[in-house]
Amino acid sequence: MSGSVVEIIRPQGKTADGDEKEPLVVGRAVYEHPYIVRLCHWVNTVALFVMVGSGLQIFRAFPSFGAKIPQKDLLHWPRAFAIGGWLGGALQWHLTFMWIYIATGGLYLGYQIFSGNYHQVLFTRRDIPGVWPMAKHYFFLGERPPATEVYNPLQKQAYTTAIILGGLSVLTGLAVWKPIQFSWMVWMMGGFHYARIWHFAVMWAILFFVLGHLVMVILHGWNNFMSMLTGWKKDPKC
Amino acid sequence: MKNNVPQMDEKKIQGVTRRQLLKLTPVLALGAFAIPGLQEGLLKKGLGFSDWASARLFRAGHPATIFDDSELAPFEEFPINGYDVDDPGVDLENWKLTVGGAVQKPGEYKLSQVQALPRIRQNTRHICVEGWDVIGRFGGARLSDFFTLVGADTTARFITVKCADDYYESLDMATALHPQTLLCYEMYDQPLTREHGAPLRLQIPTKIGYKQAKYLTELKVTNVLDKVGYWEDQGYSSFYGL
Repeated sequence: MSGSVVEIIRPQGKTADGDEKEPLVVGRAVYEHPYIVRLCHWVNTVALFVMVGSGLQIFRAFPSFGAKIPQKDLLHWPRAFAIGGWLGGALQWHLTFMWIYIATGGLYLGYQIFSGNYHQVLFTRRDIPGVWPMAKHYFFLGERPPATEVYNPLQKQAYTTAIILGGLSVLTGLAVWKPIQFSWMVWMMGGFHYARIWHFAVMWAILFFVLGHLVMVILHGWNNFMSMLTGWKKDPKC
Repeated sequence: MKNNVPQMDEKKIQGVTRRQLLKLTPVLALGAFAIPGLQEGLLKKGLGFSDWASARLFRAGHPATIFDDSELAPFEEFPINGYDVDDPGVDLENWKLTVGGAVQKPGEYKLSQVQALPRIRQNTRHICVEGWDVIGRFGGARLSDFFTLVGADTTARFITVKCADDYYESLDMATALHPQTLLCYEMYDQPLTREHGAPLRLQIPTKIGYKQAKYLTELKVTNVLDKVGYWEDQGYSSFYGL
């Protein structure tokens, strides 16, 4: 279970009388990320990378949201930034890694719900009062509010949004892949054309999150990064 | 620092974090997809799994959405997506469909025999694997009615078709029996034009575009597929139900 803080100590040997010296406290550490969360995070990172790359290659086959005749291309995405090489290859990657993407998303959600660990990330009404002070701090307009939890209210908001976007990417993808079996979802999304647009838009929203996520990881340094690998964060702020 | 915070030796926590890091090694298994010798087989397995799931998701009684006449694309804007030639030069006068395999009455069938079956007209969406789609109006005979005519064994697993060009396709029996699956000889209430597959094509609203083979010449009912389809055999999904 996450959240347990320990003091890191360095033994100081024995006194002349043979007693243990009081050990030196050299730091603190907290177990922040349970194993399942870390596993899902990294497998999903790879899956997301492949889904975006192959998705862009699929989009290259018809880079438009209009009619085929006449075809108005929206953008010409370079092949070098796509995965699969051709439409058939990209579909193989996309239709393979979507299962990995769904599986890690599902395992993560299931774990969070049943372990109760979701409290760490889920943005709720209690977090609303903390949003404004934290936002001011991020824009250099205020002191950093004292940390009381692993994640601050803005982090919770960002992670909760990212998880919702992940769910939406699956649902919009299902609507594009199986528009007849899931015709009700296509209808809810405003039709097949819109399902395809939503699927594309959700991808960009996720990429926007990833960009912000990477910036924050860089700003917060090595200990923060390592915590997603080992679970343990050295010298946490709370 | 006399509080209740548990203490851990710095050597010990190094060991703990190292073990936790090692527990993530299964992630490296995904690297198998980057190994050229394994990649093709793994992707084939993944695509095969998707096809298996597609077949499970297919519901025989669930119809494709039917659209109003007002939603139809104009006939001129219905794309002609021939992969090779738009007109393979079919002799429409003497055209016949050769029927074989697990059927009681194999042989050659004339277009008039297909047209004598109840005519279905439907406005459905045609979706290309590339991503574009178009709503068109199609007319023809239910493939299932044609099965009755030729005495097809509907417990067989597949049908296969050959075309006047070198295109070929196959279809799972569940989809073949779907009431909207047509042997199509009309578009927009007019006889099929050559570019759209005259005189007879498949029209399967529950399948992706490349399954809708044009210029049919041969139809077989079978339990074994030695080839799946022109595009499928190059790496596209075999089932690709919508």
